Amino acid sequence: MSATAIPAASVHSSTMDRARALGRLKFTDTSFYWMTIGSALIVLILLLGVAISLFVGAWPAFREFGFNFLISDAWSPPKEKFGAATAIYGTLVTSIIAMLIAVPVGLGVAVFLTELCWAPLRRPIGVAIELLAGIPSIIYGIWGAYYFRPVMQEYIQPFLIATLGNIPGIGFLFAGPPFGYGVLTAGLVLAVMILPFITAISRDVFDTVPPVLKEAAYGVGATTFEVVGNVVIPYTRVGVIGGVMLALGRALGETMAVTFVIGNATKIQTSILAQGTTISAMIANQFADADPGLFTSSLLALGFILFVLTFLVLAAARWMLARMELK
Amino acid sequence: MANPFYSGRRRRNGVWTVLCYSATIFGLAWLALILGALLWKGVEGLSLDVFTKSTAPPGVVGGLLNSIVGSLIQAGIGLAIGAPLGILAGTYLAEYGGGSRLATVVRFINDILLSAPSIVVGLFIYELLVVPVGHFSALAGGVALAVIGAPIMVRTTEDMLNLVPNQLREAASALGMPRSLVIRHIAYKAVRSGLVTGVLLAIARMTGETAPLIFTALGNSLFTLNPTGPMSSLPLIIYEFARSPYAEQQKLAWSGALLLTFAVLALSVSARALSAQAQQR
Repeated sequence: MSATAIPAASVHSSTMDRARALGRLKFTDTSFYWMTIGSALIVLILLLGVAISLFVGAWPAFREFGFNFLISDAWSPPKEKFGAATAIYGTLVTSIIAMLIAVPVGLGVAVFLTELCWAPLRRPIGVAIELLAGIPSIIYGIWGAYYFRPVMQEYIQPFLIATLGNIPGIGFLFAGPPFGYGVLTAGLVLAVMILPFITAISRDVFDTVPPVLKEAAYGVGATTFEVVGNVVIPYTRVGVIGGVMLALGRALGETMAVTFVIGNATKIQTSILAQGTTISAMIANQFADADPGLFTSSLLALGFILFVLTFLVLAAARWMLARMELK
Repeated sequence: MANPFYSGRRRRNGVWTVLCYSATIFGLAWLALILGALLWKGVEGLSLDVFTKSTAPPGVVGGLLNSIVGSLIQAGIGLAIGAPLGILAGTYLAEYGGGSRLATVVRFINDILLSAPSIVVGLFIYELLVVPVGHFSALAGGVALAVIGAPIMVRTTEDMLNLVPNQLREAASALGMPRSLVIRHIAYKAVRSGLVTGVLLAIARMTGETAPLIFTALGNSLFTLNPTGPMSSLPLIIYEFARSPYAEQQKLAWSGALLLTFAVLALSVSARALSAQAQQR
């Protein structure tokens, strides 16, 4: 601030001082401009840097295994055979389970908050749901391992094995002993984690529906749910899908919550009660023990795959949300 | 007047209403369960030792002093690097960039960074700052946190600056104020609480991150203030002790979890209160 203050004009050379002061102002003005544009460029470079550094680190693994790295389920550090299929499979399955639960529940909460909730309670309940998003992921992890896993093992998994496990066709999904740890447990914890994201974005886009449209539908005698189903959701479809994709991006990359409850078995199993792993859990678990060389490079390659996967999902989400804003 | 068509619609409406109510109760129940477990397990292990002693091997009474200090130091480094970067970049987007091509691209990339997996950021900083130096360091951890925190500040700074009425800027410019002074003395002042909101949200996010620190700060069981060496932090010690077989270490993990969660939630609640205040004006 003091640098920009215009100095008191001296008596004899006020024109000189004026020129100097203006020069200094011009200098701070341009340098501030370049500082802001430089910072903006650094943001660009960061993402580029992530992509490049991961690719460079992953290159030895890609060169060694080629395309096979993507489809091989081998993961054997002693034999130096690595493949990403197990981790990719676990990442996709846990994310699908999480989305199957979080999308309907998240939308339900958003509908409740915008259409049903008593107005004075709207803000407190909204904030409470958003607090769920504020809880650090490691807390979900420790809570999942100490409280949720035993419940899964004692009650939920035996129940699933006894009921759904006997239905021909889908029974194989619920086969095997109830460990408590496993893909399903991880998917459920993920569902709770991404629920607030879906709710927050859906609520915001639901609020963009012009009240006139809703009032018109109510006016011709539609029930609340005919209004939601025929007016609100069609009007906000693009935005809702964008929010859902954003949550999917979170689910794909989530590390700590998953690492604690998935069991970290590097084997593909069809049962969702079985232990498994995800890309991020595998990196977090094995990085410390990895020797430099092919092992570390394979973990970096997993990181690169995760980066590309989430980049695509997030880019699609942002594109859809931007389209929604144009409306 | 039993119109079967009408009663069917009403029934469907009733079913959906009940489902929405239960979805909300489901969501709130998780929050209550998690916070309840944290209080239940966390308070039990809280004592003065937690704040005055460093982590110790099993069998010795230890605390979390080194982790708490480590968390503060690394969040401080993250803030020192991330805050200027984020606020300046956000200023560019709102004040200079507007709808230009560069601004559009930066905005898009920033939105992606905002929700990019933190573990990937950790690997990036590992490649950038750990491999060339040859050892883990709190500095690398702080830089990783800066990469995670900066996009939040970019976003809030831009959003907040966009709330400043243009007449305010025009009035200042009409008095002959150069652009940068208008921004720094008029626009920033008008949205000061908004900028603080962004900073608080970023601190909350940075303090809670674990994944990127595994590959950068690594953790350290000793008390240290040296940013060029490995350093402990609350998330890292929770990660380590929660999987420990020793009861006293598990207890410390829960106490750490309690401290961490309430620090993070307090930060984000105050950020929310501030931003509500800023938007009312």
